Amino acid sequence: MSLARGAAGESVFEARGVTKTYDMGEVQVQALRGADMDLFAGELMVLLGPSGSGKSTLLNILGGLDTATSGSVSYRGFDLTHATDRELTRYRRLHVGFVFQFYNLIPSLTARENVAAVTEIATNPMKPEEALELVGLGDRMNHFPSQLSGGQQQRVAIARAIAKRPSVLLCDEPTGALDWETGVVVLEAIETVNRELGTATALITHNADISGMASRVIHMSNGSISSVEQNVARRAPRDLHW
Amino acid sequence: MRALNIKLFRDLWHMKGQAFAIAMVVAGGTATYVLASSTLDSLKTTQADLYREGLFADVFAQLKRAPENMRERIAAVSGVRFVETRISVPAHLDLPGYTLPISALVLSLPKDGRAALNALYLRSGRMPELGREQEAVVSDGFAMAHKLQPGTSLMATVYGRRRKVEIVGIVSSTEFIYQLQPGSIIPDFKTYAILWMNHDPVESAYNMTGAFNQVSLKLDPGARQSEVIARLDDLLRPYGGLGAYGRQDQVSHKYLSEEFKQLTVMATVFPAIFLGVGAFLLNVVSTRLMATQRGQIAILKAFGYTTPAIASHYLKLTFLIVALGCALGLGAGQWMGRGMSAMYMEFYRFPRLDYVLRPHVIVYSVIINLVAASAGAVFAVVRAAGEPPAQAMQPSVPGNFRLTRLERLGAARSLSQPTRMIMRNLERRPLKALLSILGVALSGAILVMGGFWSNAVDFMVDFQFRQSQRDDLMVVFIDATSERALYSLTSLPGIRYAEPFRSVAVRLRNGPQAYRTSIQGLEDRGELRRLLNTRSRQIDLPEDGLILTDFLARKLLLQPGDLVAVEVMEGERGIYDVPLMAVVSEYIGVSAYMRRPALNRLLGEGNAISGAYLAADMTDAPAIYKRLKEMPRVASTTARMRMLESFYETMARQMLTFAFFNTLLAATIAVGVVYNTARIAFSERSRELASLRVLGYTRGEISYILLGELAVIVFLAIPLGCYLGQFMCRLSVAQANDLFRVPLVILPSTYAFAALVVLVAATISGLLVRRKLDHMDLVEVLKTRE
Repeated sequence: MSLARGAAGESVFEARGVTKTYDMGEVQVQALRGADMDLFAGELMVLLGPSGSGKSTLLNILGGLDTATSGSVSYRGFDLTHATDRELTRYRRLHVGFVFQFYNLIPSLTARENVAAVTEIATNPMKPEEALELVGLGDRMNHFPSQLSGGQQQRVAIARAIAKRPSVLLCDEPTGALDWETGVVVLEAIETVNRELGTATALITHNADISGMASRVIHMSNGSISSVEQNVARRAPRDLHW
Repeated sequence: MRALNIKLFRDLWHMKGQAFAIAMVVAGGTATYVLASSTLDSLKTTQADLYREGLFADVFAQLKRAPENMRERIAAVSGVRFVETRISVPAHLDLPGYTLPISALVLSLPKDGRAALNALYLRSGRMPELGREQEAVVSDGFAMAHKLQPGTSLMATVYGRRRKVEIVGIVSSTEFIYQLQPGSIIPDFKTYAILWMNHDPVESAYNMTGAFNQVSLKLDPGARQSEVIARLDDLLRPYGGLGAYGRQDQVSHKYLSEEFKQLTVMATVFPAIFLGVGAFLLNVVSTRLMATQRGQIAILKAFGYTTPAIASHYLKLTFLIVALGCALGLGAGQWMGRGMSAMYMEFYRFPRLDYVLRPHVIVYSVIINLVAASAGAVFAVVRAAGEPPAQAMQPSVPGNFRLTRLERLGAARSLSQPTRMIMRNLERRPLKALLSILGVALSGAILVMGGFWSNAVDFMVDFQFRQSQRDDLMVVFIDATSERALYSLTSLPGIRYAEPFRSVAVRLRNGPQAYRTSIQGLEDRGELRRLLNTRSRQIDLPEDGLILTDFLARKLLLQPGDLVAVEVMEGERGIYDVPLMAVVSEYIGVSAYMRRPALNRLLGEGNAISGAYLAADMTDAPAIYKRLKEMPRVASTTARMRMLESFYETMARQMLTFAFFNTLLAATIAVGVVYNTARIAFSERSRELASLRVLGYTRGEISYILLGELAVIVFLAIPLGCYLGQFMCRLSVAQANDLFRVPLVILPSTYAFAALVVLVAATISGLLVRRKLDHMDLVEVLKTRE
C-alpha cells in the first residue's frame, strides 16, 4: 500500500468535493458532481471512464486549464481553485506537463525546437536532446512535425511535456489517435518518464486494458468517482492488449 | 436551405468585426468612385443645361468702338442666328470698410432690358428698371464674398470719374461661371466684380453713344465657326477689333473645360486605384476567410451538400458583406459628392447645381466589388470542397516547414523558438506573406497619394507666388502707355520700386496649331517678376525672340529655334515670325515671354508699358490703394498676398478637400486591411497559440508570435507602400492641362504620415487581436480539431 502511494506517500494533488457546471445558455451541464481524489508523488494513476464521465474536466482543472465551480483543488498546498490567470499560467509553466490526444505540436518548429519552446521558459529544464532521447527520438531531433509519424509526434509531445522536469504529467487520451503498436511505444515513453524521473502521472483513457500499467486506477462515471482500485502488480505496456 | 441561411446570418454575426472591416475596404473604394464620378457628372450636366437655357453664345469679340449700325451687317453674315452688342468698361469699386482695390467690369444691358444671349439668372432682388441710371445688378460671387444684399450702394470709378451705383439685384451668368479677372489666373470674388447696368447711362457716361465695344453671336446649327470668325474679324478690323474667338477660347468656358479635365483625371485615376486596391484586398481577404472555413465546408460536404450549393452558400456570405460595403460606400460617396458639388458651385458661379448620380456608376461599383469578392471566395470554397470530407474533418496535417534560408546559413542560432516560428511562418508561404505585405503597402500608398496633393499645391504656390512673383502690387493700365507713367507710380508715397511690363494679347500659331494667350514683355534680370526654371534659378531673357512655357511649346509642336507666327490682337494687328529661343517649365498657367524692349520693337512702338510690378511699404496700404484708384489710367491693382489668400480660399481648397476625403477613405482601407490580416492570422494560429498557453506561455509571449508576424509584415509594407505611393502619384499627375502641371513633390512628412496611419491602424488591430488572444478558451480551442 505505502509503496503504491509513492516513496513519501506525499499528496501532489488534493481534490475535495470538486464540482464543475457549464452554463450552456438555458441548460446547465454538470460535468463533475463532487469528485474527491489525490495524486501521490511518483505514482502513475489512470483515470478510467466512458466519454462524458468528467475525466477530462477533472484533468483540465488539475492542470490549471479550467477552474472548479465549487470544492477545493490544491497542488502541494497551492490553491488552484482561487488562482488568478497569471498564477495559473505560472503554475503550468513551472510544474505541469501536458500530453493531448492530438499532439498539438507547433508545425513550424522541429522536434528539438518544440521541446526547446518549453525549456526556454522553464527554470530548471533538461536539455531538449535529453528529453527526446528519453522518449527514444534521439535520431529525429531535427525533423519537423510533418516529417514524423503520429506516434513520433506524440513522443515529441511527451518529451516537450517532461523536459521542464514537471512535478506532474497529465495525459489526455495520449494513444487515442494511434494504433496499438505505436500506442505501446508512447505508453512506454510515459512509463519510462514516470519510472526514471519519478514524475507523478495522471493518464486519462476510456480503454480499460491500459489501466494495467497503472499503480492506481480511478474509475469515473457520471461526474464522480465510482471506485478506486489498487494494482498489485503493474504490467509493462507491451504486455497490454487492446 | 433554411438552416443554411440561418447559419449564414450566425456566421456573419460571429465574424462581424472582420466583416465590417472588409465592408469598409469596399466602402472606401466605392465612395471614392461615387464621389468623383457624381461630382464631375453633376458639374458637366449643370453646365450643359445652363448653356442651353441661357443661350450661351458661340462666338465673342471685343473691339475699340463700332457704330450700332454695324450690328445689322454682323447679323447678315451667313451662319449668324443672333447678335448681341454691348458696352463694357473697366471700373474700380469702393466698398465701405474694405481697403483692398476692387476691379470691376461694367457691362451694359440690352436696350430693351431683355438679353437674347448670355441670359442672366437673377438670384435675388430685381433687374434694373429702364430709365434708372444708378441701378445695377452685381455678380453673385462678389455679392457673396462681401455679403452684399440688394439695396446696398457703392461708389464706382470709371476713367477717374466717381459715381454712385445702387445694387438692386444679384445675378449669375453663363458667361462668368468661372469669374476670372483678366490677367489673373485664379478667381478672386473679393476683389473682382461684374456689374450690369442699363444701356443708356453706360452709353452716355462713357462716351459710347450709338456705339458698342463687345459683340457675341449665336450661330445656326451647322454653321462653320471659323468662317464666321474670319468674317467678323474683317468687319471689326476698322473698329479696333481684338480678334473674335469661339466658345472654346471664352475665358470662363475655357477655364471650366480645363478644370473639368483636371477633375476628370482625379475622377479617373483616384477611383481606379482605390477600386482596384479595394478589389484586390477584397479578393485576398475573402480567399483567406474561406480558407478558415475548411472544416465547416467538409462537414457540409459530409451531409451531402453539393459543391455548387456550398459555394453559393459562401458566396451569399461574401455578397452580404459586399452589399453592406457598397451601401455604405454609395451613401458616403453620395454625401461627399453633394458636399463637393456644393463647394464647386460656390467656386464656379453656377446659378444652380443639379446633383447627378448616374445609375451606371452604382452598377459598375457593385459589379467590380462583387466580381473581386466572388472570385476570391469561389476559388477558396471550391478548393476546400474538393477535398474528401473525411480528410478535411481530420485534424489538419502539420504543415510542411523547413529551416529558413537565414537559419541554413547559420545566422540565426541564437533565435528564440517564437522568433523562429515567426520567420518560418513567413517563409513557408511567401505568396501569402507577400500578398499581406502588398495589401498593407497599397493602403499606405493611397495615403501617400492623399498627402501628395497638399505638398504639390504648396510647392506650386511657393514657386509661383513667392519665388517667381515677388512684387507687393501689380498695376495694370487701361491702355499701353509711355514708360514715363512709371514716375507717377514711383512718386507715390510708400512705393519703393516699380518694374514695368508690357503685355499684349496674341494668337501664337505654328501651322494649324494655334493658341490665344498674351506675350509678357519683362525686364531682363527683373527683381519683382522672375522667370525661373524648375530648380528655381532665374532664366536670362534673350536679347530677342520668345520664351514659352514648355507645355505650350509642346502643344504648338515647337522646339527652340523654330519660328512662331505671332498674330498681335491689338493696334496694327501685325503678324510676325518670331524665333522661339527657349522653353521654361512652369507649374501654373501657360505664357509667352519676351524682353520688354524686344516686344516694343516687334510692335513698332516706343518704350510702352502695360503696367508695373511694385515693391511697396504695405504698412500704409490703404493710402496707396486710395492714390492708385485716383489715377485715371490705372485699370486694376492686384495685391500678391491677396492672390495667395485667394488661391488657398478657392482652388487649393477644392483640391485639398478632395485629397482630404481620399485620405479619410485611405485610412479606412488601411484599418480594414491590417485588421483583417491580423484577424485571419489569429484564426489560423489559435490552436498553436493555445498549445503554447497550455505549456505555460504567458499572454504576452504568445502575442509576440502573432503580433510579431504582423509587425514584420507592416514594417516591410511601409517602405513598399511609400514606393507604390510615389508611383501612383506619378500616374495621377501624368496628364497636364493649361491650368496646372502638378509637380511630383512628396515631402518626407507625407510619407511619415502615411506610415503613421498604417502603424496606428496596425496597433489598433493588434490590440483588438490581443484582446481575442486574452479571451481565448484554451480547452475549447484544443478540443476542436482544427
